Amino acid sequence: MFEEIGTTEEGDLIINVGPQHPATHGVLHLVLTLNGEIIKKVEPHLGYIHRSIEKMCESLSYRQFIYVTSRMDYLSAHINNHACALIVEKGLNVEVPQRAQYIRVIMDELTRIASHELWWSAMSMDLGAFTPYFLAFREREKINEIMEETCGARLTMNYMVPGGVMTELHPDFQEKVKSFIVDFKKTLHEYDELITGNVIFQNRMKGVGYISKEDVITYGCTGPVARASGLRSDIRKIAPYDVYDKVEFDEIIETGGDCFARYQVRIKEMSQSIRIIEQLIDNIPEGDFQAKTKAVLKLPKGEFYQRVETARGELGVYIVSEGAAQPYKIKFRSPGFSNLSALDHMVRGHKIGDFIAAMGTLDLVIPDIDR
Amino acid sequence: MFLADYIKDVYGAVKSLLTGMKLTGYYFTHHKEIITEEYPNNRATLKLADRFKGEVWMPHDENNEHACTGCSSCEIACPNGSIKIVSMNVINAEGKKKKAIDQHIYRLDMCTMCGLCVEACPTDAIHMRNTFELSVFDRNHLIMRLNKPGSKIREGVE
Repeated sequence: MFEEIGTTEEGDLIINVGPQHPATHGVLHLVLTLNGEIIKKVEPHLGYIHRSIEKMCESLSYRQFIYVTSRMDYLSAHINNHACALIVEKGLNVEVPQRAQYIRVIMDELTRIASHELWWSAMSMDLGAFTPYFLAFREREKINEIMEETCGARLTMNYMVPGGVMTELHPDFQEKVKSFIVDFKKTLHEYDELITGNVIFQNRMKGVGYISKEDVITYGCTGPVARASGLRSDIRKIAPYDVYDKVEFDEIIETGGDCFARYQVRIKEMSQSIRIIEQLIDNIPEGDFQAKTKAVLKLPKGEFYQRVETARGELGVYIVSEGAAQPYKIKFRSPGFSNLSALDHMVRGHKIGDFIAAMGTLDLVIPDIDR
Repeated sequence: MFLADYIKDVYGAVKSLLTGMKLTGYYFTHHKEIITEEYPNNRATLKLADRFKGEVWMPHDENNEHACTGCSSCEIACPNGSIKIVSMNVINAEGKKKKAIDQHIYRLDMCTMCGLCVEACPTDAIHMRNTFELSVFDRNHLIMRLNKPGSKIREGVE
């Protein structure tokens, strides 16, 4: 055990960031050991938003447990639901209609854009820039409206069900997505103008929070954090699910390993998501949006694993089934948890301001880390 | 050499700052498209999407009839136990006992708006409504009875 506040024997100061600190975007509690302004150690304390989602899922049926996963990584709610729907389909050997697969991938990519936009705005605000917040939320609002029309909710959609999607697309869906793409392409360069080229921003980002490719593998980081250090880790490329093997897109790899590389990976990923949506939106095939499944779903006895690429990295769902209508054991491998564990390595020897910048580029969503 | 680099750096820095300022200035002078909704003031015109999951609702027609048979599908589908069906036995025209709905109790305080009950309903009796101002002063008001008093099942719905 260690003290939560005070000084160590060597005379280092121990301070707490969070759990109610605005810079942590949630109830993340970090205990910092400081020598002056130099960070010697960062220790995350988890448990403030633990809702025992994994245990809850054991008492819910295979249809019901999906809605809970929207509450894990709420910014990638669609993608979480997608992972759960995929694993149930894998266990039951259900053939998902093409139409549903197309809809799912479009929704996933819209979610990814919305998530990266929120990350961009929140990270810029951490660094002291307030204008980006409004610019990104203007675009994100359009995605939220599209989601609201089709799924009926803005954040916790619960749109994916085992066998397809819950309801048919809204008649205006394609038109609205297309107009969003046109608008978004026009405004994406503003992000670069406003922040990326800014000299203050660059000085705060470049060379800060460096993590090497080897350390990324050691800490199990995935998603943009791993790709910024040159590790190929996009599940959409490594193990494609639904129609990701049919669309063309680039896996963004940067080799810098610092905050600026992580920033650029996410900014470039947004235009790749647009590229994926453009390929699919006009070609949604006709047909059913949901495969016919039994009223009570029972996975056969055995173990199942499915991984997807959320906006933050690799989400894995592991189910042990005893053949009953509820899972015997369920485990989520959340991307945020592994990415957070690398924070200590990234910021040792840096100053507090750099620590905030490094934490901003990790894109932490606390309910995802602490399920 | 050093001086030239220094001046170049300063020039680049000032230019990058001005590029950002230019964009801010552009939006400051071009506010043609206001996207902010001034919520309490636009209550009269504000309408959410038709599919917005605000609360569960049972539509009744003009004869005070609904389509709920009391089969408990929604109660089984609900992950939080926010629906309870109280059924009763009625004697129909042929003198046989038949199960029918007495009360469809919906607890808004436990509902997460997942929409699984609407999915599960075989007779399309319940829907999600796009109302959103749902706060009340007493939490007992959040426990609602969805089928109206005196209502009965529509003819032909099995």
